[in-house]
Amino acid sequence: MALQAASTTTDPPARATTPRRFRGERHLLPYLFIAPFFLVFGVFGLYPLLQTFWVSLHDWDRLAGAGEWVGLENFGRLLEDSDFYTATFNTLSIFVLSTAPQLLAALGVAWLLDRHLRAQSVWRALVLVPQYVSVVAVALVFSQLFGRDFGIVNWVLEGTGLIGDPVDWTADTWSSHLAISFMVMWRWTGYNALIYLAAMQAVPRDQYESAQIDGAGRLLTFRKVTLPAIRPTIVFTVVISTIGGLQLFAEPFLFDQQGNAEGGAEHQFQTLTLMLYKYGFINNDAGYASAVSWVLFLVIAVVAAVNFLLARRSERG
Amino acid sequence: MAVTTPPRVPAPGRGAAVRRGVPRTVPKRGPGRLDKAGPVAYALLAAITAASVFPLYWSVVVASHDDNSVLAGSTPPLVPGGHLVENLQRVFELSAFWQALGNSFVVAGTTAVSNVLLSSLAGFAFAKLRFRGRNPLLVCVVVTVMVPTQLGIIPLYMLVTDMGLYGKLSALIVPALVSAVGVFWMRQAVEENIPDELVEAARMDGAGLLRTYWHVVVPGVRTTAAVLAMFTFMFAWNDYFWPLIALPPENGTVQIALNQLAAGYYTDYTLMLAGVVVSVLPVLAAFTLLARRIVSGVMAGAVKG
Repeated sequence: MALQAASTTTDPPARATTPRRFRGERHLLPYLFIAPFFLVFGVFGLYPLLQTFWVSLHDWDRLAGAGEWVGLENFGRLLEDSDFYTATFNTLSIFVLSTAPQLLAALGVAWLLDRHLRAQSVWRALVLVPQYVSVVAVALVFSQLFGRDFGIVNWVLEGTGLIGDPVDWTADTWSSHLAISFMVMWRWTGYNALIYLAAMQAVPRDQYESAQIDGAGRLLTFRKVTLPAIRPTIVFTVVISTIGGLQLFAEPFLFDQQGNAEGGAEHQFQTLTLMLYKYGFINNDAGYASAVSWVLFLVIAVVAAVNFLLARRSERG
Repeated sequence: MAVTTPPRVPAPGRGAAVRRGVPRTVPKRGPGRLDKAGPVAYALLAAITAASVFPLYWSVVVASHDDNSVLAGSTPPLVPGGHLVENLQRVFELSAFWQALGNSFVVAGTTAVSNVLLSSLAGFAFAKLRFRGRNPLLVCVVVTVMVPTQLGIIPLYMLVTDMGLYGKLSALIVPALVSAVGVFWMRQAVEENIPDELVEAARMDGAGLLRTYWHVVVPGVRTTAAVLAMFTFMFAWNDYFWPLIALPPENGTVQIALNQLAAGYYTDYTLMLAGVVVSVLPVLAAFTLLARRIVSGVMAGAVKG
């Protein structure tokens, strides 16, 4: 929310507002104050990311260290690896299944919260509860809820007659993707709803008043006034959810409790990050794993850019 | 910060409320834009919050029965049983849970404090000091939020190992000492809560930059700082990917220990979900406790300001 304000309205404070007395001290201290962030980010964030590319150009064992230079061979291997295509499909599929309904639901929840409510702060606090629960706890609880034999989801579906036999949620592509997406949705919907709510409350009131005077109903007002006004926030959440949603690790990793990062017997829910973990930390093939990393980086960049453009374009439509 | 999933921006709702100048409540009468919530809205919200809370309630229910047979019946249990304490005891007996909890407290506590201090220091510089390159550097900070640093995990592992930090808690602490979200957020807080005149007055009294920071800036942004601390604590407490890689399983964090409860061919769900209860409680408690402090902080600020 705070960040989004920055990305849309970066208005540096005017020069005149800086207290005069500080101008003399500008030599060193300000840089020292901001240095820790740049140091930490540079050393533990940026450098490893760039080094990943260097590693991907080598036959590099995680434990033995750098081997010989192989150029783009790891990337070539990747393009011939059917697991890679499966993992790319899974990554995109789980991302779409979890993000699209999640953001729509978040809009709905925000819309419900954006009115006079009794115990307003309690409602807000309650929808945020899933955000406090760790991904590990979420994965464990939901893998139980989606269990074939003891799971309450199967129990409900059977009880309502929607399914005849219990579903083995981990066994198939679609069922596993649905279950994993459900975990992501549960954890993030309330959070995004509060972001939208904050944006909705910043919409100038006179816009609503004129809509009311024009006789617009609740839904029409939402579509014509609220949505356009909070569009920058929507774009922001879409981009951030893309970056996070394409890097899912714990949910698929812990879904079947095998601890092998295979994502099921036929890799039906192996994401690219799982593949990265498998080659990097189980097979110790750091070179190959780094190639996976960089391809995932490209996927994220492309999808985020496409989503950004789509969300921006709908502004005009 | 370097390894967690892209830092989400902390505390949307509260963040907005903390800031001054943003209307916190809309007048109830007059040409207000807010609809009064009807019974349908309440019913929907009740359903949504029920869904938000159900998995946790379910964990407590299962964790309070004696074994998996409770799940084998024709209807799932919906009421807690009487074995919760017993199962919690088993959690602590069966695994290195105490040590893992201790590790998590140290890591999350340290990063929370360091994030508040280092972020507010940088935020002070960005908001109130003039230096060359300030605006481009601030843009850099904002852009880094979008960098998926998790993808550099292999070289990060190598780097940390080379530094001799593998298996030590500092392997988790050092890369997370300060984050872009924190810096950005504290800059915002300093700008909105600390008037230039106050800073200037401190300077007139002969205070140096560090003293001004400590005596003027820190007290002025303590509400935001509390929320930042809380969120940093939560991110560190809940992180899984990096602790899984940087620590050996026998000396892990609470998330690693939690997962060990579930591993193996036979999963004892009562034990596993008792572990979930233990791992979630400190964060829930901290949020509930600190939420009050934040509310009173905002109210105090509103009275004075």
